Amino acid sequence: MNIHEYQTKDLLKHYGVPVPPGRVVHTDAQAATVAEEIGGTRWVVKAQIHSGGRGKAGGVRVCNSIDEVRVIANEIIGTLLVTHQTGAEGRLVRRVLVEQASTIVSEYYIGLIIDRATRRITLVASAEGGVDIEVVAKETPDKIIREVIDPAVGLLDFQCRKVAYNVGLTGALLPQAVKVMKGLYRCMRDNDAIMAEINPLAIVDNDQLLALDAKMTFDDNALYRRPKITELRDFDEEDPKEVEATGHGLNYIALDGDVGCIVNGAGLAMATMDAITLHGGRPANFLDVGGGATPEKVANAFHIVLQDPAVKLILINIFAGINRCDWIATGIIQAMRDQSITMPIIVRLAGTNVEEGRAILSASKFPFIVASNLNDAAAKAVAEVNNIVNKVAPLKKEHS
Amino acid sequence: MSVLLNKDSRVIFQGFTGQHGTFHAEEAIKIGTKVVGGVTPGKGGTQHLGLPVFDTVEEAVRTTGADVSGIFAPPPFAADAIMEAIDAGIKTIVVIADGIPVQDMVRVERYRQGTNSIIIGPNTPGIITPGVGKVGIMPSHIYSPGRIGIVSRSGTLNYEAVAQMSELGLGQSSSIGIGGDPVNGTDFATVLKAFEDDPDTDAVIMIGEIGGPQEVDAARWAKKNMRKPLICYVAGLSAPVGRRMGHAGAIISNESDTATAKIDMMEALGMFVVRNPADIGATVLRAIKS
Repeated sequence: MNIHEYQTKDLLKHYGVPVPPGRVVHTDAQAATVAEEIGGTRWVVKAQIHSGGRGKAGGVRVCNSIDEVRVIANEIIGTLLVTHQTGAEGRLVRRVLVEQASTIVSEYYIGLIIDRATRRITLVASAEGGVDIEVVAKETPDKIIREVIDPAVGLLDFQCRKVAYNVGLTGALLPQAVKVMKGLYRCMRDNDAIMAEINPLAIVDNDQLLALDAKMTFDDNALYRRPKITELRDFDEEDPKEVEATGHGLNYIALDGDVGCIVNGAGLAMATMDAITLHGGRPANFLDVGGGATPEKVANAFHIVLQDPAVKLILINIFAGINRCDWIATGIIQAMRDQSITMPIIVRLAGTNVEEGRAILSASKFPFIVASNLNDAAAKAVAEVNNIVNKVAPLKKEHS
Repeated sequence: MSVLLNKDSRVIFQGFTGQHGTFHAEEAIKIGTKVVGGVTPGKGGTQHLGLPVFDTVEEAVRTTGADVSGIFAPPPFAADAIMEAIDAGIKTIVVIADGIPVQDMVRVERYRQGTNSIIIGPNTPGIITPGVGKVGIMPSHIYSPGRIGIVSRSGTLNYEAVAQMSELGLGQSSSIGIGGDPVNGTDFATVLKAFEDDPDTDAVIMIGEIGGPQEVDAARWAKKNMRKPLICYVAGLSAPVGRRMGHAGAIISNESDTATAKIDMMEALGMFVVRNPADIGATVLRAIKS
């Protein structure tokens, strides 16, 4: 789960990480009031959406007067900000963070990740702040400093000093850097984050370290024990279909193709998408119905997949282990009947109770296209899609 | 395969009397797994499925000589159950739970260091040695005894591979699911080594997915150390960057995480690679004939 920049900064402040004075607002009038309250001579107005690259997209602007804060806030609030992560449709800006602007002397990167190879939280730092750390890692890997953290003792002072020294935070900045790194680590550990970064961590005019931007991602599997983090969730930033799916215990991710997919198991769901792609088709979604799927759950899966207007047909691929093919088949029939589905449905069933499942499908009045295995299913789905596209193609020509 | 589950293995279930523990213990017993009891704190001294129930793993090990445990505790309690099994000296710990907080697993892995325990999972269908037994949730009827080893991150894709092999008359020596989580107990390379050392295995299929460096690390290990053929498939060719594809660990964070990057590197290392998931069975057959 992701949260907004202003929420991350609020959290970090509680762990002793210095952040610029500022507040989040929903209107231009509030923006002007906040700018006056926090004082100073320059302010920065920052669009609050769950995306990187806001600056490049025009969502982060420096202002030299209270009036300018009002004008810029008015300009940003309510616009659709298009970044490299939002897609062409952009994301609606509902609120902005107004902060005192700082004069930056230099910028650094400080981050914490869970490293899969060492199975530990690892502190990552670089003297190249304010840029994408992935780019630094790729182009100048020697500029990245890493320190692995032993969970039994946590991040130690000397480790912070080592990292700070190696990125050039020395002298009076050293104790400040230790405080920032330890604060970031404790914030990650105490709140079950899976990623936390300050980018940039800046030295500002009066020789102080300040977290100018920060990002944290939290472990969905630990939200049950982090009620305060759960409250920070912003459903406006998520695909409504994905939110509905989560509510039904389904795992759904929207993609940009036209073959709707309903599969059990994350691995098989990915493999099904791959098979469709290799046959020249394009999957419309990833959907894992999970284990022990009831007929209702299967019917809900149809409902979610069909909300995507691009979907031309649905491919169902089930290899039942703890699932039951008869329950799946009952769910399919229920969806066909209750949701009046007329598009082609390709069904591949295998595993537990497969004979019962097939019998239920063939006893129904619906014209399912039955596939014998994964390859057959993908081939039939792509052939059907091509049929549909070829049929509508001449119509399109007439209109143009 | 003798390393993880063989005819001498003595199995207990943690979370034995719960709904899932009961069902899968019964299934395991049906196919001949030597289940010697189970643990449910507070129910010690009672009987379940005709077997003794213990309050602690330590007591279960002392009384039954158990060396394998299937953990069916739900995610919030799984980390504690795993560490209890490590403390009691259980050698093979199979963790079924899907949804254990990742920092719990970081602590569990730290606790395991320096012990002789092996953790399979979490988020795994488990281990099956056809003809001998299973500790897990897989449908045992699709597996058959044979000489191909399977190791996979995904459960259902493991079943898919088995079905394709069965069509071609190929059975399995053992099948191991290492699980779909970002921090797991056993990596691919460790299981490959076990298969390489196993006299009952002729070839191994490794089924990976997007995210993390494990598959390529394992292929590098195999190039240096394995004489048996290794067949590799990586799911998620069409997965978008930065999205978690169902499994907590299945996310493309950088270029080397993609399925194509992993498969290309494995091919360069000389492995038998499968690009179309429908070709898994056929590629295994080609590998053992070569």
